[in-house]
Amino acid sequence: MERGIVLPWRQVARIALNSFRVRFYRSVITVSVLALSITFVVYILEGYELSNSGLAHMSEAGKNQVIPGGLELTDGRLGISAREIWLAFLSLLVCVTGILNAHLIAVTERFREIGTLKCLGALNSIILKIFLLEATYQGVMAGIAGGVLGVAAAILSALVDNGVVAVAYFPFGQTAAVLGYSLLFSVFLSVLGVSYPALIAARMRPSEAMRSEE
Amino acid sequence: MSAGQDSHTASLSADEPAIPGMAEDSHYVVRLSAVTKTFRMGSTPVEALKGIDLAIRAGEYLSIMGPSGSGKSTLFNMIGALDKPTEGCVFIDEVDVAQLDAFELAWLRCRKIGYIFQTFNLIHVMSAIENVTLPMIFAGLSRDEYMDKGMELLRLVGLADRSNHKPSELSGGQQQRVAIARSLANAPAIVLADEPTGNLDLGTGEEIITLLKSLSSERGVTVISATHDIKMLNVSDRVVWIRDGRIERVEERGRLKISVGEVV
Repeated sequence: MERGIVLPWRQVARIALNSFRVRFYRSVITVSVLALSITFVVYILEGYELSNSGLAHMSEAGKNQVIPGGLELTDGRLGISAREIWLAFLSLLVCVTGILNAHLIAVTERFREIGTLKCLGALNSIILKIFLLEATYQGVMAGIAGGVLGVAAAILSALVDNGVVAVAYFPFGQTAAVLGYSLLFSVFLSVLGVSYPALIAARMRPSEAMRSEE
Repeated sequence: MSAGQDSHTASLSADEPAIPGMAEDSHYVVRLSAVTKTFRMGSTPVEALKGIDLAIRAGEYLSIMGPSGSGKSTLFNMIGALDKPTEGCVFIDEVDVAQLDAFELAWLRCRKIGYIFQTFNLIHVMSAIENVTLPMIFAGLSRDEYMDKGMELLRLVGLADRSNHKPSELSGGQQQRVAIARSLANAPAIVLADEPTGNLDLGTGEEIITLLKSLSSERGVTVISATHDIKMLNVSDRVVWIRDGRIERVEERGRLKISVGEVV
């Protein structure tokens, strides 16, 4: 046999991006749950960053006024409570199940396409790569959307609670860090959610894949 | 049933001595020996193919005819290396498909066989030219090579001016022509067509058949099509009639006219 089957990453990226672009509205539905979870996590994290940056410029009396009951300062900073970690964890758990489910449906819709790709010579790994990369794009989209929404919600809520002083010392560095982490996290969750459906899709025999949609 | 089988054996031995392995003057591009396929429907096994022996010569235009549920599509999947037989062997270019690993199978599907489907099966997020060039990208051609060849193939099927249209912007006949162009992408030895006219109206179906026939005669491609379209009979070199998972009879082109009369 002369040359094997190849699909350079550049082509995978092109195909996945094209597929993502064309199915954009479908993707929005698939990843909306992810975007919302990321929003929630970013909202919590950014809320603390805002409070802490404001806090650093306040007098002791002011601090006592602002800090709600039950919360304590550790090393002069407000920390995330166990309850909020638990809530965030639950929201992400729901989110992973949600995207897993959405991806399972999305993959089922594409059985015929997968079968066709296999008939044209695609290897299992090529199918897997395309799906994982599409999930990465979706993760990026959800991460950006969730990040922007989360930060906006945190700012709004801080404004409502504490007035302009809450955002007077806006923590740009920390906010960027929160956004960066949440973006990575979003991609990770999206890829996690698509792994199993993509594996099913990649392993299908072409004859099965073609039959399924009739 | 037994009479049908007799005529099948007779017609086989009449034109080619059924020697396994190499044929002298005519090369078998596909050979099936005692192929059976059993599906499981819950706990009941269903025999879709009950022992098929068939040898297909290079350059032949072969039609597989039979009512739906006769095992046509299963046979199509066997010939196309899309599924493995329960028993028996499928040889493509004298290579036993069962012996191939995943990479070799993918290579075979990419380079040796072109597929055409009843439902066209174009990748609907890709334009005509992207659909046609995809198998060539898999085969490792450079961008210049595959774009040139892709446009040439689209020209061949008369759709050069539609190269950037998505399948949804093309008619059924046009989509099928793109599919034909795609099937020829890596200059395969075999073009396998599963009910290629099944979703098309009479006139368009006829155009597709003419196109397939001209490709077969001009390019020397072996065309194998599963169909129940009687129009296919006129262009076929040989017709294999399938009924109930067995070959009922095989007819050569010369004898076809009479049988068309019988059928109609």
